[in-house]
Amino acid sequence: MSNPFLIGEDMTGGYGRGADILHDCTISVAKGEIAVIVGPNGAGKSTAMKAVFGMLNLHKGSVRLDGEDITKLAPQARVAKGMGFVPQTQNIFTSMTVEENLEMGAFIRTDDFSNTLAQVYDLFPILKEKRYQAAGELSGGQRQQVAVGRALMTKPKLLMLDEPTAGVSPIVMDELFDRIIEVARSGISILMVEQNARQALEIADKGYVLVQGRNRFTDTGKALLADPEVRKSFLGG
Amino acid sequence: MEFLNAFVAFSNFVIVPAIAYGSQLALGALGVTLIYGILRFSNFAHGDTMAFGAMVTILVTWWFQSMGINLGPMPTALLALPFGIAGAALLVLATDRMVYRFYRAQKAAPVILVIVSMGVMFVMNGLVRFIIGPDGQQFADGERFIISARNFKTMTGLSEGLAFRTSQAITIVTAVIVVALLFWFLNKTRTGKSMRAFSDNEDLALLSGINPERVVAYTWIIVAALATIAGVLYGLDKGFKPFTYFQLLLPIFAAAIVGGLGNPLGAIAGGFVIAFSEVTITYAYKKVLIYLLPESLEPSTLVQLLSTDYKFAVSFAILIIVLLFKPTGLFKGNTG
Repeated sequence: MSNPFLIGEDMTGGYGRGADILHDCTISVAKGEIAVIVGPNGAGKSTAMKAVFGMLNLHKGSVRLDGEDITKLAPQARVAKGMGFVPQTQNIFTSMTVEENLEMGAFIRTDDFSNTLAQVYDLFPILKEKRYQAAGELSGGQRQQVAVGRALMTKPKLLMLDEPTAGVSPIVMDELFDRIIEVARSGISILMVEQNARQALEIADKGYVLVQGRNRFTDTGKALLADPEVRKSFLGG
Repeated sequence: MEFLNAFVAFSNFVIVPAIAYGSQLALGALGVTLIYGILRFSNFAHGDTMAFGAMVTILVTWWFQSMGINLGPMPTALLALPFGIAGAALLVLATDRMVYRFYRAQKAAPVILVIVSMGVMFVMNGLVRFIIGPDGQQFADGERFIISARNFKTMTGLSEGLAFRTSQAITIVTAVIVVALLFWFLNKTRTGKSMRAFSDNEDLALLSGINPERVVAYTWIIVAALATIAGVLYGLDKGFKPFTYFQLLLPIFAAAIVGGLGNPLGAIAGGFVIAFSEVTITYAYKKVLIYLLPESLEPSTLVQLLSTDYKFAVSFAILIIVLLFKPTGLFKGNTG
């Protein structure tokens, strides 16, 4: 990994003035690749992603996007720099229509975003069908599509997904993963935290296994799946 | 004929006044509900914001009157209304800058903000009394009636008259226009949508690059406009007195809660529910019943369920019933 598009290096820190959750944790994504963070409950997976997005107090380490140091930037400023973030929960405006959700995603854009809107509808055809329906009335999988679509509206160069398949059925999960691969093929880097480690590593170019806020294993997705120790400890044999 | 007379009497004393009063409450409740939905606290200073906006309007009205400017049959206060709105907007924006922003930065709990708003209420209350005095003020001018009771009688030949006052007509028309404008703004404009987004999910709104201070400022300006319009319409209809605006807090909050706090449609529905309950329960039905019942059953009392002195008990009772049986209100508010 000579020149990663995004790298959070040696990140150490926690929420507010609380105890440190991350310890010298390093996460990086290359252009157009899918990186996945897996690990047991409470390993700091989501925290690592939030650290990269600037929602954490880091007192050590740095975050660089496309070579530029963004360690000090607020999350909103990182959105403007081309980072899209899909939180795990409460990631849509439930009382607003699907189309309004997407419009709000494009709030910081001053140019015409109808092209991007059409692209999102191409990617998620069901959203076009339900564009005038309140997003809160959709099924779990459809809501996740709205959430991902909303983040895509800023035309991000990097998309960060915090457990996108939490609480959806296996069929919907497969479909979501297919869509995520499609997004990555269009040149957008993807950083994803996943509970469904096996399936996620299958589509990952790069995998990070975190344990107690530290990097435990880092390799390609395939290599991690093949690693007997990773299999035994984290993938259930 | 008897039935028609009964209906006319009922319309004259119940339906028309309740629609006008309901419109005023609805406008007031819309302001309360917007603050609740976006700034996430119950604004106890709302009644006094109404009083302040109405007061500025009255002062400008008097000034216009002294210069001989008027609107012919329409009240001069309508001309002065934009000045009242501007005055109230400046007041609430200054209050936000000096008071609420401090607590917002600390992420203070809603209950703290409620108490803070009570403090603001006392200050505004004092400010209004200091400037215009605690007494009642008349500022309505122009034509008093669109249809007077006497004209109605000669027109229809009925023995009961139906008076339709200019202030009532203006109240209803203005309320319809204001509500239509507000919903258009909230549903069709970028700023309006960003306000709804902020109300729906604050964190995600921040993530989407929506500027919270801008949303808050817009909210205060809209609330100032709604409060001033409600205050001026109420004043035109029933006369201006600072203390009555403070008392209006109860029916306004009842209306907002009955409709579901944070839900604008609910605030309007709630306003009419409260107004109609209050007026129908405190009206003396003797006159209507005399027309409807045979002479032998004619009531000897006023047939009034509750004296008008207790009209606030109606709002209070409805409030308690709603909180007991449907705490989120008739329409789903975001009280959770």
